Amino acid sequence: MTKTRIDARFAALKAEGRAAFVPYVMAGDPDAATALAILKGLPQAGADLIEVGFPFSDPMAEGPPIQRAAQRALAKGMTLTGTLDLIRSFRADDQTTPVILMGYMNPLVTWGFEAFARDAAAAGVDGVIVVDCPPEEADPLADALEANGLALIFLTTPTTDGKRLPTVIRRASGFVYYVSVAGVTGVKEADAAAVAPNVERIRKAAGLPVAVGFGIKTPERASAIAQVADAVVVGSALVDEVAEAVDLNEDVTRRVLSKVDSLAKAVRFARRGLTAV
Amino acid sequence: MDAPARPNDYTAYPDDKGRFGDYGGQYVPETLMPLVHDLDAAYAAAKADPAFQAELAGYLTHYVGRPSPLYFAARLTEHFGGAKIYLKREELNHTGSHKINNCMGQILLAMRMGKTRIIAETGAGQHGVATATVCARFGLPCIVYMGAVDVERQKPNVFRMNLLGAEVRPVTSGSATLKDAMNEALRDWVTNVHDTYYLIGTAAGMHPYPEMVRDFQAVIGRETREQILEVEGRLPDAVVACVGGGSNAIGIFHPFLNDEGVKLIGVEAAGEGMDTERHAAAINGGRPGVLHGNMTYLLQDREGQITEAHSISAGLDYPGIGPEHSWLHDVGRATYLTATDAESLDAFMLLSKLEGILPAIESAHALARVGDVARDVGKDGIVVLNLSGRGDKDVGTVAAHLGRQI
Ligand SMILES: Cc1ncc(COP(=O)(O)O)c(C=O)c1O
Repeated sequence: MTKTRIDARFAALKAEGRAAFVPYVMAGDPDAATALAILKGLPQAGADLIEVGFPFSDPMAEGPPIQRAAQRALAKGMTLTGTLDLIRSFRADDQTTPVILMGYMNPLVTWGFEAFARDAAAAGVDGVIVVDCPPEEADPLADALEANGLALIFLTTPTTDGKRLPTVIRRASGFVYYVSVAGVTGVKEADAAAVAPNVERIRKAAGLPVAVGFGIKTPERASAIAQVADAVVVGSALVDEVAEAVDLNEDVTRRVLSKVDSLAKAVRFARRGLTAV
Repeated sequence: MDAPARPNDYTAYPDDKGRFGDYGGQYVPETLMPLVHDLDAAYAAAKADPAFQAELAGYLTHYVGRPSPLYFAARLTEHFGGAKIYLKREELNHTGSHKINNCMGQILLAMRMGKTRIIAETGAGQHGVATATVCARFGLPCIVYMGAVDVERQKPNVFRMNLLGAEVRPVTSGSATLKDAMNEALRDWVTNVHDTYYLIGTAAGMHPYPEMVRDFQAVIGRETREQILEVEGRLPDAVVACVGGGSNAIGIFHPFLNDEGVKLIGVEAAGEGMDTERHAAAINGGRPGVLHGNMTYLLQDREGQITEAHSISAGLDYPGIGPEHSWLHDVGRATYLTATDAESLDAFMLLSKLEGILPAIESAHALARVGDVARDVGKDGIVVLNLSGRGDKDVGTVAAHLGRQI
């Protein structure tokens, strides 16, 4: 098989000796056109990979920021179909930045795993994270994604002990996501010292890069995590920028991309002892 | 589509993956997986432990007030002119509904597991009250998540929970009803995994809850079976129950599952009518999907977004249904009918006037269909209706619909 975009990107970053910066944006937030403008601006602003949330009415592992983002997107009529349309448009200009979809099981069940995997691959998606699909329930979805060259990215958490880890990474591909806090997105703060040994043990067990997310909001925290992880994911802090820009009637795209720029720089220079400018 | 094969023994489910046929499972975030596995193991051990069962039985007798009577409703029977109608009087339990059966079982399990903080979701407030009650009895802190809309329409129960020492947290996200309360309880659980026990109020959610809640509610069906054999010398022709998440229904159905001669009839809430979008009938108006940890029938749109349920009854106002019901429907062992808000209000009035019993508006949905069932079964037949709760909590709702001030 040809090298996937995800593998290629992590290999290149490894050669550079730095962690990836991975922004999470919600498809259709605050509306489809603005979300596309944000998406298109992300690589230039420093995104190494991109996570695109597809909205779900009942996001049970999400804190208030991403819950509200999903509600804004749904109110504007965003769907999984619309999410794939966005990614197709993004791919027209960018063939190298990996795009990972993140969301919940039911829209995928509705679509049908086979058809979804085919359509997502055709749209230019590289991997999928399904928050409420633990490894025990993953086989049918994993089979469909694998057959279409897409990665199924699994979440590991502080409650995933050594006994359970092999189950979780059994079908992992692309990278493994480490949820740095026991909790919902965007509430508690991640602690780099506590994260480091977990990243190490997961990386060793899975033989895959480890991305850390949930609870990283500031460039300082992003920089600290970038010293120990292969990728740093920031979501809630970015969707909060969308909300604030909307509230203040500011240019949403500019505001989000400028936040991405500061976080990306923090990650980029983290291991060189340089501070972000 | 062909109906899936009927099993030889219905009571052998769920299987070891927590499945009833295609339904059920454990679709939860990774943070919770070790906990649900722990819970599964702890419940299996408790289920097999005679000391646990004896302790539970003791509380059910002396605290809850079991067994509940099986009462022959002579005037209701006469009114419909069909089969004899018996009422299983779950509304006479302590706290006024079947919900306490499950709460008592789960609180004993939580303590056995060393958990020190209890969370729950509630719709009508009946499960919240029952949870607050057992928490007060055993001295555990209790937080109840309740949709802001439900807080408004079930004020007396909110106050009851407060009197019992529970904290009620109104949930404003989504549609601000039961499903959102459940989302919020799950978020709390994900955040407080080390000390918190999530006491789910219905036979839904991720395995092992559908099995565990069913087992704790099956005391209803076991007693009914014994009682009807004693008074009538035979099994009933039909058993009728309302279905929200499905716990009172599966509780009374389960001990009859292998008696194919006993018709099992669940009644879903049709809200303003099945020809409108405003109902809460997951089986009659939905299709299978994944929500709150299990694969089951759900109200949803074309793209798999969960749609809001609508019912006059807060306890039935849920877009899903327990997975065992989805399976019983598919294999054809149980039948799921519907009753509208208006029909249920009429049934509420009817039982109040004919038998001197104010039914919960949830239970009134079952009552709204029991006449049809009784006439169907015919004069020589026997029908048992699970009167899952009492209607005191609903007098405000009923008054409002009658245009009366109280
Ligand atoms: C009296 C009563 N009956 C029925 C229900 C519906 O729940 P279930 O379907 O789990 O029995 C409720 C829920 O609050 C209730 O209070």
